[in-house]
Amino acid sequence: MCRCILGEISNMAAHNFLWSLTKNCFTFGLIGLTVSDRYASIVPVRGSSMSPTFNPTTDSFMGSLSDDHVLMEKFCLQKYKFSHGDVIVFCSPSNHKEKHVKRIIGLPGDWIGTPMTNDVVKVPNGHCWVEGDNPSSSLDSRSFGPIPLGLVKGRVTHILWPPQRVRHVERKNHQNRHSPS
Amino acid sequence: MRRWGLLAKEALTQTLTFARFFCLFHVTNHYLWSPTLVFGPSMLPTLNLTGDVILAEYVSHRVGRLGPGDIVFVRSPVDPNKIVTKRIVGVEGDRVTYFKPRNGDSCHTVVVPKGHVWIQGDNLYASRDSRQFGPVPYGLIEGKAFFRQVWPPNSFGSLG
Repeated sequence: MCRCILGEISNMAAHNFLWSLTKNCFTFGLIGLTVSDRYASIVPVRGSSMSPTFNPTTDSFMGSLSDDHVLMEKFCLQKYKFSHGDVIVFCSPSNHKEKHVKRIIGLPGDWIGTPMTNDVVKVPNGHCWVEGDNPSSSLDSRSFGPIPLGLVKGRVTHILWPPQRVRHVERKNHQNRHSPS
Repeated sequence: MRRWGLLAKEALTQTLTFARFFCLFHVTNHYLWSPTLVFGPSMLPTLNLTGDVILAEYVSHRVGRLGPGDIVFVRSPVDPNKIVTKRIVGVEGDRVTYFKPRNGDSCHTVVVPKGHVWIQGDNLYASRDSRQFGPVPYGLIEGKAFFRQVWPPNSFGSLG
C-alpha cells in the first residue's frame, strides 16, 4: 500500500510539473509576442539590396547563417514620425506577406528626382520614398512608387549578428536626392 | 535580510502576474477581437453618424479570408495615424466601376492591381475612399467588423 501511495504521489508530481511547465511556456510566449509587437524585435536581412550597410558579402556557402540580424524598434509607430535616412522595415505593397528593408529618401511633400527617367515626383501625403543602398540590385520606390507610411512595421537601429559587425545603423542623409516643397 | 528577500520575491510574483494579464490583453486585442468605436457619415445607413460600438476581429485578414462586401478597418494611406472604416468593393484582379457624384457623375473603370483592394464607403456622397486615393495595399488592412455590439441597443446584431 505504501508503494501504491508513493506511485500516485510521484504521478501527481509529474503531472503538476508538466502543467506548470506548460503555463510558464505559455506566459513567456505571450510576453515575447507582446514585446516583439510593441517595443522591439530581431529580424534577419536577406539579399544584398542594402549592401554595404547590411550583408556586404554574398556568402552562399553559409547560407542564411551569415545573414545580418538587426534590431527593429517599434516606438516610431506611435506617431509615425520618421526622418530622412532612417532604415525601415515595411510590408511589400504587392504582397503583404513579404517584408522589405530599405532606407527612407523622401518624406511627404518632398520632390524626388529620378535620374533614370529624368522625372521629378512629389511624395504624396502619408507616403514615403524608399530606396536601397545598393541601387543596382534593389527593388524599391523606383519601381513601385512611394509607399503609404501605414505599411511601415519598424525602424532598424542596430546590427546584432554576426558579432564582428555589431554596430549602430547610421542615418545617411542624401541631400542631393530630395528637396522640400 | 530575509525580509528583503521575501519582499523581492513578492514583488517579482506580482510583476509577473501583471505582465501576464497585460500580455493577454494585448494579444487578444491584436490577434483575436476587440470592441471599436466608429463614427462619421461615410458608412450611412449601415453605421451611425454619431457612433457605433462594433466588435472587430483580427483573424480573417491574417488568413486571407476577406472578400468583396466585408466591412474592414484600414489604416488611411493619407494619414497613417487614422484608421478608417470602409467596405471592400473589389480585390486584386477585379474590374471596378465607380462614379464620383460631385464630379459631374463621370463613370470610371479600373482594374485593381496585385496585392491591393478597392474600398468604398456605403454613403458615396460623403466618403473619402479609393475613389480619391486609389487602391489600397492589403497590408494596410487592420481588421474586419463582424458584430454590432450593445450600443445603440436597438441595432444589436451581426453585420453582413
